Amino acid sequence: MTSNAFIAFQKNEETRCIVEAIVDDNPDAVVVDQPAMVKVDVPGRLVIKRATVEEKMGRDFDLQELQLHLITISGHLDESDDEFTLSWEA
Amino acid sequence: MSMDLRTITIEPLRQTFGHLARRMGADKPASRYMEGTMDLQPVENYHYRPTWDPSHDIFDPARTRITMKDWYALKDPRQFYYGAWTLARGRMQETATADFDLADELGLATGYPAAGKKVINEVLLPLRHVAWASNINNSAVAAYGYGIAISQAAAYACMDQLGIAQFITRLGIAFDEIDALAEAKQDWLEAPVWQGLRHYVEDMMVMDDWFELFVTQNFALEGLLFPLIYDKLTDRLNAAHGPVLSMLTRFQREWFTENVKWVDAVLKAAAADNPANKALLGEWIAAARQRSVEVLTPVAELAFGTDGAAVLDEVVQQLNARAAKAGIPV
Amino acid sequence: MDMKVSKKLGLKERYTMMTRDLAWDTTFQPMDKVFPQVGYEGIKIHDWDKWEDPFRLTMDAYWKYQAEKERKLYAILDAFNQNNGHLSVTDARYINVLKLFLGSTPPLELMAARGFSMVARQMVGAGPRVACMMQSVDEYRHFQTQIHSISNYNRFYNGLDEFAHQQSRMWYLSDGKSFFDDAITAGPFEFMVAIGFAFEYVLTNILFVPFISGAAYNGDMAAMTVGFSAQSDEARHMTLGLECIKFMLEQDPDNLPIVQRWIDKWTWRGTRKLASVGMMMDYMLPKRIMSFKEAWEIYFEQNGTALFTDLARYGVKVPKCFGQTIEEKEHITHQSWIGFYMKPDACPFHTWIPAPDELDWLSEKYPNTFDKYYRPVLEHFDRQEKAGKRFNNKTQPMNCQVCVSTIKFNEPGDPMEMCFRETVYKGEKFHFCSDHCKEIFENEPEKYVQTFISSHAALQGKCEPEGTDVNAHDYRPGARMHAYWRMDKRATGDFNGSEDQKNFAKWRAQATKN
Ligand SMILES: [Fe+2]
Ligand SMILES: [Fe+2]
Ligand SMILES: [Zn+2]
Repeated sequence: MTSNAFIAFQKNEETRCIVEAIVDDNPDAVVVDQPAMVKVDVPGRLVIKRATVEEKMGRDFDLQELQLHLITISGHLDESDDEFTLSWEA
Repeated sequence: MSMDLRTITIEPLRQTFGHLARRMGADKPASRYMEGTMDLQPVENYHYRPTWDPSHDIFDPARTRITMKDWYALKDPRQFYYGAWTLARGRMQETATADFDLADELGLATGYPAAGKKVINEVLLPLRHVAWASNINNSAVAAYGYGIAISQAAAYACMDQLGIAQFITRLGIAFDEIDALAEAKQDWLEAPVWQGLRHYVEDMMVMDDWFELFVTQNFALEGLLFPLIYDKLTDRLNAAHGPVLSMLTRFQREWFTENVKWVDAVLKAAAADNPANKALLGEWIAAARQRSVEVLTPVAELAFGTDGAAVLDEVVQQLNARAAKAGIPV
Repeated sequence: MDMKVSKKLGLKERYTMMTRDLAWDTTFQPMDKVFPQVGYEGIKIHDWDKWEDPFRLTMDAYWKYQAEKERKLYAILDAFNQNNGHLSVTDARYINVLKLFLGSTPPLELMAARGFSMVARQMVGAGPRVACMMQSVDEYRHFQTQIHSISNYNRFYNGLDEFAHQQSRMWYLSDGKSFFDDAITAGPFEFMVAIGFAFEYVLTNILFVPFISGAAYNGDMAAMTVGFSAQSDEARHMTLGLECIKFMLEQDPDNLPIVQRWIDKWTWRGTRKLASVGMMMDYMLPKRIMSFKEAWEIYFEQNGTALFTDLARYGVKVPKCFGQTIEEKEHITHQSWIGFYMKPDACPFHTWIPAPDELDWLSEKYPNTFDKYYRPVLEHFDRQEKAGKRFNNKTQPMNCQVCVSTIKFNEPGDPMEMCFRETVYKGEKFHFCSDHCKEIFENEPEKYVQTFISSHAALQGKCEPEGTDVNAHDYRPGARMHAYWRMDKRATGDFNGSEDQKNFAKWRAQATKN
């Protein structure tokens, strides 16, 4: 069974866009709603693409801005200028 | 049922926490700095002795020869708790970033005259390693200092020095001198002009007494180095090549002016506590001043040529004046 | 090098120039004198440059984002306080969560701040040093924002005002204190496994995420804002802890048994600490969002399984205690709450018997255990209370020599039997709550004989309020514990009939009347 990589955000306008971007880029994403927070699970590997977030927000986005909204993550992290990835080895 | 919570006035049962009311001698509101600082480090009932230092407790006033009736007298006049500190630095970095962007847009840095660039490469860029040393040394004060007043301020100073090392690095990048950063590191490791200073900061890394380290690094060495470079040298380069260097070192200059307030207040409070402290601080400052002058002399010569000694002497006078103001005869 | 090259510095190259390129190997002083602590635990590091930086925040970006977070946080806090936000929480029982939280959490955040300063000073590589320093100041942030957010509650409710005094004295805070004292007195690598990995990676989620969500659900915007804002730093902290584990395991195969022993030890020590958090979720939040058991399944079992499946490639095994913690998830919160209920004079927060609908909720969430073992006990106490015979246990508890928790947990496989272990070391007998704690003791007896257990220390006259005259004719050691704790009587005992309850009702009525 593949483990879930996940990420959770505080709920706000910015993270609504980020979550939408995640759902677009990760077909297996499952969004879990909780009071004041939202969690997204993806089996194996979760990727956030800067370009997709920018499209959703209609402005430039620096992936380091994720720092402002993050609540928690699960998985090994790799961060470049264009992608933020969380993954578990199978 | 509708509730309007805003309009009601209710009488509080108390104004502040017990430990703060006892400290202030009255139950009255306390500042956020006080709430986040005073009397909060554990002082008793430790479970275990450090395996890395079994002769001391986890937090132990005996890690320095300085003694204090109240360790929270070493408070920060800037009243920096994390939020206040990070907001202040947030503003400073915003200005610095705007300055770097502007310099980049207008080609101010890349177009800087070669003669000026040479001085920057040789004198300024190696200082990123001195800031890194200060970062290490302040992390020791943050780690082993007694009481939250000193430990948190040292932790912030430690991050500030990392920021300074990074702003100097950025200066190298802005002047389009990535190779120069590598050369500057080589100089730092090998060129005779820097070895005295490197020797000194490495000696500080093995100093046992955290308060002596604080005095040596933050008061003596930086008290000479920062004015020497960020006042005297930038003034000289500005006069010759225009103000762009001043603009790109603004962070360091503003930071130093502000940091001095903290450093001096700590010395003043320690000296005021008892005569033994005062004498010890005097000794430490005298020794650190002498060695700092020794190791900075070749750097001053590199920066100011034959004027080096005279410029260094000016900043030594400034340092003496600060010591005197803190009530420490040197 | 021309302009274009410098412009193209990617995140990673740029970060390298901004951090590890600043460092050098000292030569005027030997490296092992400059960094004296990295060797004695037996961890072998051959190449510090192999350290992978997880988050690559330079100070300018750090200050930018952190300043933005702080600006928001304090704005919300100010507004909450100005508008008497404390009256908008679901019901005044909720405030007892904050009392437990203020006593137990900010002091530990502070220990994390100091501990990470120590490790930051001791690590040889620039990568881990910078990450540890950043975490150190983050932990100052958590410590202070927590105090700041609860400060206003302290003006109106009892039991919060002496948290600073009580942090090293209160019996039930001793488990958390011993946890952090243990970590900070260990070497730098063990500290990283204890706090960076076990605490931050394996446990912070369960400690904070459901709890903060619960605060939000109960109308406490102050705690919610502070909690979530602090969590935004935790992603960085978790990543540091995980990176450190991988780094040690990749550096030398000899590190594996040492790291495994630490993982076993600290996962267990951490889960013991969680009993009181679980109790908050199951008993103290008037509106519940999920049970401790459910949170445990998501954040510990599933996430932990993902983590340890992944780490299996290094030879790491699931912590030894994993099975036992899964069994205990259906018990510990009930045992803890009952434990506190039975000592109404000895805690600066109120307890109560859950209302009938709340008991039903617990039955539903804990179908295997609640009706069978705990509901009858609670209903019995309720009848006693109503009959004017409120249970009050005045005997000194027995404490575990390692985790310091009151020995109250059950024998694995037998919920009716109290688990109890002992060992003899140098002629002295020591007691434990479990096999795991006993094993931790036996690995390092010289350390754990030092544990400060207040019930023992009190009898030896080590817990006396300031100014006690030990020569007085009526002096009895440990007789003045309330003064030693600075315990406010109004803050103790049952919620029903408490000053908090009356004030809250009165103030709320003021707001609803015209
Ligand atoms: Fe924290
Ligand atoms: Fe943390
Ligand atoms: Zn135990």
